[in-house]
Amino acid sequence: MLRLAPPATLLIFLAPIVAGLLGTALPAFGWFPALGGHEFGFAVFARLFAQPGLGTSVALTLFTGFLATALSLTLALAFCAAAYGTRGFATAQRFLAPLLATPHAALAIGFAFLVAPSGWIARLISPELSGWTRPPDIATIQDPLGLAFVAGLMLKETPYLLLCLVAAIGQADLARSLATARMLGYGKFTAWAKIAIPRLYPQIRLPVYAVLAFALSNVDVALILVPTNPPSLSVLIVRWISDPHLDLFLPATAAGLLLFALVVVSIGVWRLGEIAIAHLARDWLTNGERGSRGAIRNSTARAMLALLFGLAIAALIALAVWSFTLSWRFPDALPDRWTNANWLREAPSLAAPATTTLFVALCATAIAILLSVLCLENEIRTGKRATKALALLYAPLLIPQVSFLIGAQTLLVRLNLDGGFVALVWAHLLFVLPYVFLALADPWRALDPRYARIAACLGASPLRVFFAVKIPLLLRPLMVAAAIGFAVSAALYLPTLFAGSGRWTSLTTEAVTLASGGDRRVLGVYAFTQAALPLIVYAMALALPAFLYRNRKGMA
Amino acid sequence: MMKRREFMIAAGALAATPAFAQSSWNETLAAAKGKQVFFNAWGGDERTNAFIAWTAERVRAAFDIDLRHVRLRDTAEAVQRVIAEKAAGRDSGGSVDLIWINGPNFLAMKEQRLHYGPFAERLPNFRYVDVTGKPSNVVDFTVPVDGYAAPWRLAQIVYVYDSARLPKPPRSMAAMLAWAKENPGRLTHPTARNFLGATFLKQALYELTPDRTLLAAAPTDANYDAAVAPLWAWYDALRPNLWRRGTQFPESGPAQRTLLNDGEIDLMISFNPAEAAVSIANNLLPATARATGLEGGTIANTSFVSIPYNAANPAAAMVVADFLLSGEAQARMNDPRHLGNPTVLDIDRLPPEQKKFFGEVPSIPGMPTAAELGRALPEPHPGWMTRLAADWEKRVLR
Repeated sequence: MLRLAPPATLLIFLAPIVAGLLGTALPAFGWFPALGGHEFGFAVFARLFAQPGLGTSVALTLFTGFLATALSLTLALAFCAAAYGTRGFATAQRFLAPLLATPHAALAIGFAFLVAPSGWIARLISPELSGWTRPPDIATIQDPLGLAFVAGLMLKETPYLLLCLVAAIGQADLARSLATARMLGYGKFTAWAKIAIPRLYPQIRLPVYAVLAFALSNVDVALILVPTNPPSLSVLIVRWISDPHLDLFLPATAAGLLLFALVVVSIGVWRLGEIAIAHLARDWLTNGERGSRGAIRNSTARAMLALLFGLAIAALIALAVWSFTLSWRFPDALPDRWTNANWLREAPSLAAPATTTLFVALCATAIAILLSVLCLENEIRTGKRATKALALLYAPLLIPQVSFLIGAQTLLVRLNLDGGFVALVWAHLLFVLPYVFLALADPWRALDPRYARIAACLGASPLRVFFAVKIPLLLRPLMVAAAIGFAVSAALYLPTLFAGSGRWTSLTTEAVTLASGGDRRVLGVYAFTQAALPLIVYAMALALPAFLYRNRKGMA
Repeated sequence: MMKRREFMIAAGALAATPAFAQSSWNETLAAAKGKQVFFNAWGGDERTNAFIAWTAERVRAAFDIDLRHVRLRDTAEAVQRVIAEKAAGRDSGGSVDLIWINGPNFLAMKEQRLHYGPFAERLPNFRYVDVTGKPSNVVDFTVPVDGYAAPWRLAQIVYVYDSARLPKPPRSMAAMLAWAKENPGRLTHPTARNFLGATFLKQALYELTPDRTLLAAAPTDANYDAAVAPLWAWYDALRPNLWRRGTQFPESGPAQRTLLNDGEIDLMISFNPAEAAVSIANNLLPATARATGLEGGTIANTSFVSIPYNAANPAAAMVVADFLLSGEAQARMNDPRHLGNPTVLDIDRLPPEQKKFFGEVPSIPGMPTAAELGRALPEPHPGWMTRLAADWEKRVLR
């Protein structure tokens, strides 16, 4: 039975993606009987390319996607180089998990509250420092170049890459190599660049691609921060799909494929860039130059990361402040009247999306953990690593969500599953499973097999070994994986929107919908709740093993 | 077609016979009991959301109906969903029970026969709807409603301004352009993808087009260009003087209101005469906010609710539509502390037990006088709005 786990997992998982992509591709190439399309051809693409603003939209998508990825990666690497082994590094590590548990959309909303022309920062410096008695007519969010979007993405992607680097450092046993390099007189920064990066990068390559794909195809952060005339391609697609006259539905499917192609090509280009850089850097890596201590670089990298984390925390505080605001006029630094009425008034409408968020996340996470554990147990018992096949698990992180969700929605309607709880959990599972598997795989594989062997020698059945030995020993990583799964699910926007058919709304869909509206106080309530829920779950997940094993040294 | 309509009217009259109506309405109430109604309504306005939440509480208490507000970013999403369900052959048990709708969306559903009904005349409270004094209650954007939707809320364009910064707001399109040129960056409008943004263009078209009578019918390729040319000349002169030099636009009316509240702009369009009053009462605009119409009058229309042909619970949806027409719901909607929209009812015809809800409305600052509000103009045919929005998109998206 256990042997069926990996193929079953892949089937549950890949079938909707493949079917969804197909469901997008058929209408894009002209086959959509419901709208009278019966001939294959490129007519739909011709209509797509005739849409106003498409070129600008594609350019904006590529520019922001590459810039956000490059900056996040550079900053994560530079910070490791500057701070590895210091107290600052340990401090940063403590901030990573809570930052990663915070949904993108909540951070983006809070970030907009901070940096908008009428945002908190402008309010703090006005009118005394800036001389502004009313907000300046400068686009600091939704700017034409998409820089606010890039910054909004970096708030989450830099910590994510940093976390991946921390994990990679743990596996690479860098400390001794770095110490040797330092002994040979290499500057701290140079030692890191020459010794660590070439060894670490291959380990974080997949996450980097995932970041690139995410930056190119994200919808929820983009809806809040990209310019609107035109927006990035993914937002344009979502806009077209909701066109009442269906005129734009077919071009939207073609655009879904275009976005898919852009992501594939972009990853290819990034790979070529890797090769080029490796080639160009070969001489430099081995030229023996020791480099300076790099004090300026070090402090810049640390200051940049501190700024980024500071912005993220300030963004969350801004959400909280707005949620308790009665009135707060520009340029006052703080609300002139506070209230808890926003919370009291919204509490009834908040209950349904909060409950949905909670239950979908719990179900998707539970299934993801079950499937991951089955796959990992199968791997350990058979001794065969299905690494290649299971690498397919990461497909949902590399394929733009909107590209297969358009087709998947038609499929769900045909199967009469749309708007059902099952479809919703399934859609969430696609994105929760890869992260849960990723979080569980290393601790599971690293567990000393002798524990299980000893238990077996004492006569315990495999099931008993599993429940009495392995689960307790691995409770902490299980809980961490659960917290990650929960956070991923709670943050999902597009899959909830599509699979939920509007019948199921989550805190994320509600917050993003409200973000286009006007009342920051209500938006503050929703976005803050959206941010708080995964954080609470995360804290509970850490507290559980600590509580259960309070009298077991080394297990809590 | 005429025959069909006559038949409908006759059927409506028959249904309105009290005894018959009462028994069939009792059946409707019985069928509605314990059912869920997924009310698909644009969710971008907090006051409306709060009103729908209140409606949900009331229909649960009174009719045991579980009303769920599906908050849309755009009403088209709901239309789209019904179309997708029809394409997939789901002709009953659909996921949308009730839609807040008018204009192009109503017409699109009507043309594709996606409406349930006609049902409006079967609602007991429909008899109090003012169908003569407020013609938009039965003719939506020049399109006869034919009972396929029930009115619930009246709207008329006003321009809201902060009187502390703008003591004398412009009251014509020419004056607006002149003012914007003197005060660049102080005016904007929602994106024309949003109904209110398209309305901004439509109101300007109404004033600037050479022959208004053309607006009563769908635009044709022959008359469209000449009819809209003065509008685009006006807009091209205006746009560089808009907020963000006319490159960015707020996504919706409430987003635009935030700009006014923050002092980023001084003047904005709204579809609710009570916008300033309601917003002051809710601390969303400064106490100096005021609203005005235009010298030549402004466009007025009615918001409707309709039921998709494949709704899972049409009976419960009708009960909700009827509740929205009740004196209780209409009075609350009329109250500037809640929504402040004019009622669709003829208050004089209401029986005393319903009339009592329309008590003394407190006088609160920000309500325009009848003279300031000005004349109500009929909506152009939806085709104008659709084409204007598409044209705007071509001009702005580069």
